[in-house]
Amino acid sequence: MTDRLASQPVEAHSLAKTATGIDGLDAVTLGGLPEGRPTLLCGSAGCGKTLLAMTFLVNGATRFGEAGVFMSFEERAEDLVENVASLGFDIDGLVADKKLVIDHVRVEPSEIEVSGDYDFEPIFVRLGYAIDQVGAKRVVLDTIEALFSGFKDQAVLRAELRRLFGWLKDRGVTAVITGERGDGQLTRYGIEEYVSDCVILLDNRVHDQVTTRRLRIVKYRGSSHGTNEYPFLIDGSGVSVMPITAAGLQHKISSEKIPTGVPDLDTMFGLGGFYRGSSVLLSGLAGTGKSTFSGWFANSVCTRGERCLYFAFEESPDQIVRNMRSAGMDLQRHIDSGLLSFQSARPSLYGLEMHLTRMYRDIEAFKPAAVIVDPISAFRGVESEIHATLLRLADICKERGITAFFTSLSLASDHASEADRGVSSLMDTWISLTDVEASGERNRVLFVLKSRGMSHSNQMREYMLTAEGIKLIAPYVGPEGVLTGSARQAQEARERDEALSRSQVTERRQRDLDRRRATTERQVAELRAALEAEESEVALLANQESGREDTLVADRAAMAMKRGAAE
Amino acid sequence: MTIQAEMAADPAREGHYNLRLYVAGQTPKSLAAISNLKKICEEHLAGMYTIEVIDLLIRPQLAAGDQILAVPTLVRRLPPPIKRIIGDLSDSERVLVGLDIQSGEPPRP
Repeated sequence: MTDRLASQPVEAHSLAKTATGIDGLDAVTLGGLPEGRPTLLCGSAGCGKTLLAMTFLVNGATRFGEAGVFMSFEERAEDLVENVASLGFDIDGLVADKKLVIDHVRVEPSEIEVSGDYDFEPIFVRLGYAIDQVGAKRVVLDTIEALFSGFKDQAVLRAELRRLFGWLKDRGVTAVITGERGDGQLTRYGIEEYVSDCVILLDNRVHDQVTTRRLRIVKYRGSSHGTNEYPFLIDGSGVSVMPITAAGLQHKISSEKIPTGVPDLDTMFGLGGFYRGSSVLLSGLAGTGKSTFSGWFANSVCTRGERCLYFAFEESPDQIVRNMRSAGMDLQRHIDSGLLSFQSARPSLYGLEMHLTRMYRDIEAFKPAAVIVDPISAFRGVESEIHATLLRLADICKERGITAFFTSLSLASDHASEADRGVSSLMDTWISLTDVEASGERNRVLFVLKSRGMSHSNQMREYMLTAEGIKLIAPYVGPEGVLTGSARQAQEARERDEALSRSQVTERRQRDLDRRRATTERQVAELRAALEAEESEVALLANQESGREDTLVADRAAMAMKRGAAE
Repeated sequence: MTIQAEMAADPAREGHYNLRLYVAGQTPKSLAAISNLKKICEEHLAGMYTIEVIDLLIRPQLAAGDQILAVPTLVRRLPPPIKRIIGDLSDSERVLVGLDIQSGEPPRP
C-alpha cells in the first residue's frame, strides 16, 4: 500500500498526515487524518465508529509509536476493553505500558443540580492530564455529544466545545471525535460546525436483507481525497477499508507460464499453461468437475512452493479436501505447510462489496501467487454489480501479478450463460466444460474458448476424472461429429472388428490359394505318375511283344523242325 | 485547602455536612462559588459543616477520580447520598434544594 501511495502525485501544498494504520483508509485519504487537527467521524448507531476510533489509537500505539488517549462519554472503560478484545486488541497491556489512557467520563443527567454559571474546565484538565501522562499524540472523544443530554444549557456547551476543539489544535494532537448521525445533518447536535477539517461519514445500509458498511470522506480541508463511498468491513482482524482506486489498466504483465495442474490440459495451450497474472474462467455445467480442476490448479501452485488462496463459496474447506482426496490429490499437506489457505463463506453472508473487501483484505494479508474463486456464479445480485465486483477483483489480482482462477456454473447447456457473457471480456483465458449427451449417457468434454496472447487447441476433448488425476482422451471424430464415451468405445470396437475381418479375409484367400496350389501340384504329380505308369506299361508291352515274337519264331522253328522230321 | 467552621465542628457528629468544592484555578467563578458557599453554610449550617476546596489545576487526577465534568462543582459527601451541584452557587435557593437543606429555618445547635 505504501508503494502505491508513494507513486501518488505529490500535492503542491502537502499537509502533514497521521496514518490510521487502516490501509484502505490511508489510501483513500492519501496518507491518513490531518495531523494535529480534529477529525469528525459520524454515523448512525452500530456502524463502527468506536471500533474505528479505537483502531486508530491502537495502531498508533503499536505500529507508529504514538501514544493515545481514549475519552469515552458513553461506554465504561471495562466494557470498551472487553468489546475491542474481540479484535485482538490488548488494551490492558497498552495501558500498563503507558501507551494508552482510557478515561470514562460519566454523564448522569439526573444527579446534576445547576446553580449559577459553570464551565467545562475539568474536561480540559482531565484530557490535558491524560495527554501529559503518556505524551499522547492521538486523542479520541467518543461520543462528546453525550454531554448535550446531561446539560441543558446548550449555549454554554457549544461555546465550551468550540473552545475544546481550539484547545485540541493548540495541543497539536490528532483527534478523532465521534458523533451520532442526526436528522438532516451529520451529527445530532450539529458539532460538525466546530470540527470541520476532516469529516468521515460511516454508513450501514441494508439492501435485500444484506448489510453493507460504507465509508465516505465528506470533506478534507487542504487535501484531495477519494470521494466515493468505500465498503468497509469489521471482523475478527479489525477494520478493513476497500480502496476502490481508479484501477487503470497499467499493471505490469508477465510472459511467464503457470501450469494448469492438468498436464494434458497444458498441451492444449501454445504456452503450455496460463500466463502468470492472467485471469482464467472455467465455466461449466453442474458436475463437470470445476472444483476438481480448481483443486489440481491449487495443488500445482502449492507443489511449486507458491501460495494459493482459495475462496470457496459452496463447500467447506474440509469437504473440499475430502472430495479432492477422492480425485487423487492431497490438499491437506499444503494447508499444513501454510501454502494453501481456504476462505469459506456463504455468498449470502455479506453483500458483494463486503465480499470484495474481505477478499481484498485476505489477498493483501496472504500475498498469494494464485487466487481461486469457486464459483463466481454463487454471487447473486444485479448483474452490473456482479460485473463491477468481479472487475475490481480481477484488477486487484492483475495489479499484484496474481493469477486469478474463477469457476462459474453455467445454467443451460449452451456454453455461455448470462453471467459468463458478462465477465468473459474480463477474462484472458476461458475454458468451457460441458456435457455431451448421446446414446443414453453423458460424457464430459472441454474446449478452450479463448486464450489471449497464445495459440490454443481448437479441439473438443473428452476428459475423465480418475483417481490418478484428470485425463484427456484423444479426440475421436466420426462421421457424426465427435464421439464420446461408450459411443466412442463402440466405434473403436467396430473399427477393430472391421480391421480384424479384413485381415481374416486376406488370410482365407491366402489359404485358398495355398490349397489350390497344393491341388494343382497334386494333379500335376498324378498326371506325371499316370504318364510314367503308361510309359512303363508301354515298355512292358514292348518287352512282351518282342518276347512273343521270339517265342513265335522259336515256336515256328520248333514246329518246322517237328514237321520236317515227320516228312 | 480546608475551611473549618469557626465554631467547633465535630465531623463525626450526626448531621454533619462534609462538602467538597471543585474549582479550576482562581477564576472569578471559583472565587464567587467559594464566597457564596461560605455564606450559605454560615446561614444554614453554622457549626456543622466542613468545606474542602479542591483546585483541579493542582490535583488534576481528581477530575477523573471524582468524575467532575464542570466547575465549580459542589459535592455533598456527607450525609449520604452524595449530591452534586454545579455552578457558582449564586442561586442559593437551588443550592439549598440541592443540599437537601430546608431554607429559612436555621438548624438548632
